[in-house]
Amino acid sequence: MGRRAPDGGVIFTFTLDNYIRLLGLQPDCLNPLACFDPLYVSILWRSLTLAFNTTLIVILMAYPLAYFIARAPQKRRNTYLFLVLVPLWTNFVIRVYAWMMLLRTQGAINGVLGWLAGLFGMPFTPLEMLYTPGAVLVGMVYEFLPFMILPIYTSLEKIDPSLYEAAADLGANALKTFWRVTLPLSMPGVVAGTILVFIPVMGTFVVSDLLGGKQVILVGNLIQRQFLDARDPTFGSAASLVLMVLTLIVTVFYTRKFGFGKEIVVG
Amino acid sequence: MSEYAVELRNVVKTFVTPEGSTINAVDHVDMQIRHGEFFSMLGSSGCGKTTSLRMIAGFEWPTRGEVFIDGEPQGHRPPFQRKVNTVFQSYALFQHMTVFENVAFGLQMDKVPAEEIKRRVGEALAMVKLTGLEKRYPRQLSGGQQQRVALARALVKRPKVLLLDEPLGALDLKLRKEMQLELKTLQREVGITFVFVTHDQEEALSMSDRIAVMSHGKVMQIGTPVEIYERPRNKFVADFIGETNLLDGTVRAVQDKWLMVFVPALQAEVRALNNGEFRAGQQVSLSIRPEKIRLVEKPSECVNCFPAQVRQVAYIGADTRVIAQVIQSTLRVWEQNMVSTLDPDAYFQQNEQAWAVLPPENLLALPVD
Repeated sequence: MGRRAPDGGVIFTFTLDNYIRLLGLQPDCLNPLACFDPLYVSILWRSLTLAFNTTLIVILMAYPLAYFIARAPQKRRNTYLFLVLVPLWTNFVIRVYAWMMLLRTQGAINGVLGWLAGLFGMPFTPLEMLYTPGAVLVGMVYEFLPFMILPIYTSLEKIDPSLYEAAADLGANALKTFWRVTLPLSMPGVVAGTILVFIPVMGTFVVSDLLGGKQVILVGNLIQRQFLDARDPTFGSAASLVLMVLTLIVTVFYTRKFGFGKEIVVG
Repeated sequence: MSEYAVELRNVVKTFVTPEGSTINAVDHVDMQIRHGEFFSMLGSSGCGKTTSLRMIAGFEWPTRGEVFIDGEPQGHRPPFQRKVNTVFQSYALFQHMTVFENVAFGLQMDKVPAEEIKRRVGEALAMVKLTGLEKRYPRQLSGGQQQRVALARALVKRPKVLLLDEPLGALDLKLRKEMQLELKTLQREVGITFVFVTHDQEEALSMSDRIAVMSHGKVMQIGTPVEIYERPRNKFVADFIGETNLLDGTVRAVQDKWLMVFVPALQAEVRALNNGEFRAGQQVSLSIRPEKIRLVEKPSECVNCFPAQVRQVAYIGADTRVIAQVIQSTLRVWEQNMVSTLDPDAYFQQNEQAWAVLPPENLLALPVD
């Protein structure tokens, strides 16, 4: 709600110019089709799809893991949970750097692949993995996996084992028991995990900065640059607000659709 | 149709304890449960009754021996392929499903057409008096109602055998008595074989056609409630069901249906019932129920009567419970309240002298383990 001053300060007047810019239009332009610039809209769209994909992959990876831990003997569960949490002891940024080491052209993965290729006498050109959208996705999934495993584990662990027996007793095999009993009863964990993962992924800029380079610019990067590099805090604020509203809309829509588990809705 | 609804043949279930040793939770059990019978397994916790039930349901498999349902050996058949259904102690209702969905679940698994599901669920809910609550979730029901949902959910599948694992355990006393009556009525109506696990002997005695008394994984006796109470086969059953006085002695003589037993604690020979098992010279335990001993001021004719000193008198309304010192033994005597209302204090007082009469036909000789 202001205008950028030439020296990087803020002129406090009411204007929607920044929002119009975000939509890819110019305030003075009379023909929207001619002067439409998709830059910022595509950044928003990219952030949204990346957050969506990350959450989906994290759910698909976390659920079996959480299920495995919840069904493991009591003694081993704590060990497994400990292993899930160990990476969180290291700083977030350092863990992203570790992925850079792995994904670089001269990194560990290419090293192993090259050695294997050499072993079989095949030609090998190192893969370009770093600074691609894929690298950002891998980093995101890695960073946020524990935040999905823990709530799903908690909700799975809470399920009374006699419910599995009741389902079997009533004629359900393992697969049907899973679909009709286990999955619905663990949905609160999936919903909680989704919120814990989706929201931070929407706003993060470290992962995309380090693993995506200049290839993958997300809303988070856009905001960061407006404040630090472009020195346009008014445009940065507008982008932040749009990010918040966008996240809120998705979250509300999602929780309305799936609930925090049906039981709370009907309670 | 085979002879028995359920049969356990020489069944053993061995568990490994956390310390690494093994224990037979069920130890060479033989059991024949007839069609349409209300059969109870009675015992204190850890006696193997629930494990036996779980083996019939298929949640556990026997280490040795075989479980037959309607004549078919079950082997390692999983629960969802057995023609039995279970009512769980904790009810195990699906919290995310309505009452209707809970009861319909089993029929949906059997791919019953939707129309028929609707009709049968309606019938089942009517049977347990829950009509109108179809759309509620289990958390919106009382304990007794949840119990009925669990019952309807199992019965709707029309199993050959219904297994009930202490289903009334979580209910309060009044509701429990009501449900006991209702369960019994229901069982007669549907004609399904009920196998009922309980640790409550009154429950077992009042509801069952036959009872299996279990202890430490073994069946101690199987019989009708009357047989179990009046003709216990061993000291354990005599002592576990109701209360009893046990007197050890030696058989001196056998006179067709009577035994003459010398009881050191009474310093005398007493006459007792002979069930045909004993010979002269054998050690026996004599069992007599507290309510079958009589306390009198002066015995008219004296078979098995001994001078007694009243030690404690506990008045509990319908009964008066007396602890009497008879020679060197302490006997529990329960007498029905026959005192005249005109003179309510006319009963024996503490430290009074009296005679205890132990009618020979109520004095049962049992083996000394």
